[in-house]
Amino acid sequence: MSTENVLKVENITMQFGGVIAVDNMNLEINKGEIVSLIGPNGAGKTTAFNVITGVYAPSNGAIYYKGNKIVQNHPQGKMKKLYRGENPAMYESHRVLAPTPDKITCLGIARTFQNIRLFKSQTVFDNILIAKHMLRTSNVFTATFHLNGKEEARMREESERLLEIVGLTDVRNELATSLPYGKQRRLEIARALATKPELLLLDEPAAGMNPQETLELTEFIDEIRKKFDLTVFMIEHHMDLVMEISDRIYVLDFGKPIAEGTPEEIRNNPKVIEAYLGGADDE
Amino acid sequence: MKKQTKIIWNVGLILGLLLVLFILEQVFPSGSMLFTVLKKGAIYALVAVSMNLLNGFTGLFSLGQAGFMLLGAYTYGILTIPVESRASVYQYFDGGIVQFAIPVPLALIAGGIVAAIFAYLIGLPVLRLKSDYLAIATLGFAEIIRAVFQWDKLGPLTNGSNLLRNFPAFKSVLYPFIVAGICIAIIVMLINSTYGRAFKAIRDDEIAAEAMGINLAHHKRLAFVISSFFAGISGGLLAMYQTTIQASMFKSAMTYEILLIVVIGGIGSVTGSCISSFLFIACSEWWLRFLDNDNLYIGSFHVPLLRAGFRKVVFAVIIMCVVLFYRKGIMGEKEFSIEGIANFFRRKFKKEKVTEGGASK
Repeated sequence: MSTENVLKVENITMQFGGVIAVDNMNLEINKGEIVSLIGPNGAGKTTAFNVITGVYAPSNGAIYYKGNKIVQNHPQGKMKKLYRGENPAMYESHRVLAPTPDKITCLGIARTFQNIRLFKSQTVFDNILIAKHMLRTSNVFTATFHLNGKEEARMREESERLLEIVGLTDVRNELATSLPYGKQRRLEIARALATKPELLLLDEPAAGMNPQETLELTEFIDEIRKKFDLTVFMIEHHMDLVMEISDRIYVLDFGKPIAEGTPEEIRNNPKVIEAYLGGADDE
Repeated sequence: MKKQTKIIWNVGLILGLLLVLFILEQVFPSGSMLFTVLKKGAIYALVAVSMNLLNGFTGLFSLGQAGFMLLGAYTYGILTIPVESRASVYQYFDGGIVQFAIPVPLALIAGGIVAAIFAYLIGLPVLRLKSDYLAIATLGFAEIIRAVFQWDKLGPLTNGSNLLRNFPAFKSVLYPFIVAGICIAIIVMLINSTYGRAFKAIRDDEIAAEAMGINLAHHKRLAFVISSFFAGISGGLLAMYQTTIQASMFKSAMTYEILLIVVIGGIGSVTGSCISSFLFIACSEWWLRFLDNDNLYIGSFHVPLLRAGFRKVVFAVIIMCVVLFYRKGIMGEKEFSIEGIANFFRRKFKKEKVTEGGASK
């Protein structure tokens, strides 16, 4: 495995009003790895995801994707007075970079959501096909007058193949929301894959799943990672899944990263145990 | 059904419709109410479909349609009034400043383009808003445009609050049908393209659409501009149909009529909008006219309650009933198609066979 750096999060702080949701987070994800982000409820995991995918511009800090800076911000305006995080002046002289989520997806970072967000009125097949829109070369005129027949055919064929790989071909014409929960998760991951990402962010992919489904999901993630040559970064609460599949784990508590390491190291880290079970002095 | 047979069926259906219209025109006198309904219905069908593209397919609740129609109608009128009659039309403004006329089809397209340009400019700030707020902002825009066009200072261009008239109009009912038909066909093709799918994705879930690499601002603006373009063309057609235009015609009530057509037809159904447009116009202009007659006798029985304006009461009740019983409009999100009808009959036929078999036992 090469150690090429895919994602690097540098001194990211996300502050909402007076609340610091993510506090000076640093992390690195290398090519081909599966990295998990864990932490108690409200630790700021999803916020971290939202900052990486462009839903929020961070209050401070920078994010690099494959060595290129994609996000950078420093406290401005109202936030300048309110800011209580670290390194307030570190990025002040730098240019502000705050791309919208679609730009970040176009770079090759796709994601899924904690509460499944499929296109409700569309069929399974169309859900995948919509994600192919990003890779179009046609403009609105050529698309309207069907002058992009080749591209359209290619989009459909690729979507068809993707459905086959994830095993949803038999339900391709059903409404996305009529699928059972496990398959909806699968479809959401497949839809993210349709954008041909290099880095896949999964926000609690096993939420609400029983042990059997979780096991299947573990295999599925491993399978697609190999097949699509992916790097995976995920938030998860199911410890069996996390410990089984992750190469490395980051632990977040109250927005602050408290530990980092292999599953073995994390399991025995007293700080992590304290964060999850509560320290003696709490009681 | 195969794709080819489907196309043949559809083409046949369209030609058949045009033929029927042509024959109707030969048979009935040109002043017949039927033609009023057909002409106005075709025009309203186009603007309803263009509104559906925004409200039904992209999920942008916009109420600016009357404003864009006004822009289209005025552009058409201003550009096509023959040079020799400009002096009489612009009698208070020394014949106006535009001293040329262009062919009708070009003027219609120009009307669409002007509406689209305004939509682009308005869209820059307004499309950041969502749902009700967007509706209020676009409604406000339509009212402002109407007021601006009535402004005396713009008189040399717009003739102030006076009528624009003497521009070319259509005689045959085929004209609005063909123009509206082509425009609706283009909208349908857009909806079925990859851009149409992106619009539907935005309607279903903005956050997910954005996460799938669909640029929200760009696509919303695109839908808004295209919808306004076709609203502009339908405005031009409306000017042709009415033979005179005045800014005060394009009140917000007009937008509500169109919204009503879209809702009754089914938000997200093109054919629903078309069907309900004809039904709406027929009901409001023709079929219920007899209710306005306060001397209506059936035999020797004097029908009570009827008086001028009563049809509007009945019409309102009908609309309430439609909305109550068809929550999602006449068509819902489905489309009227040959295939659908074929399937319907096939199913019916099968069912009958089954019940027959049951009876013979």
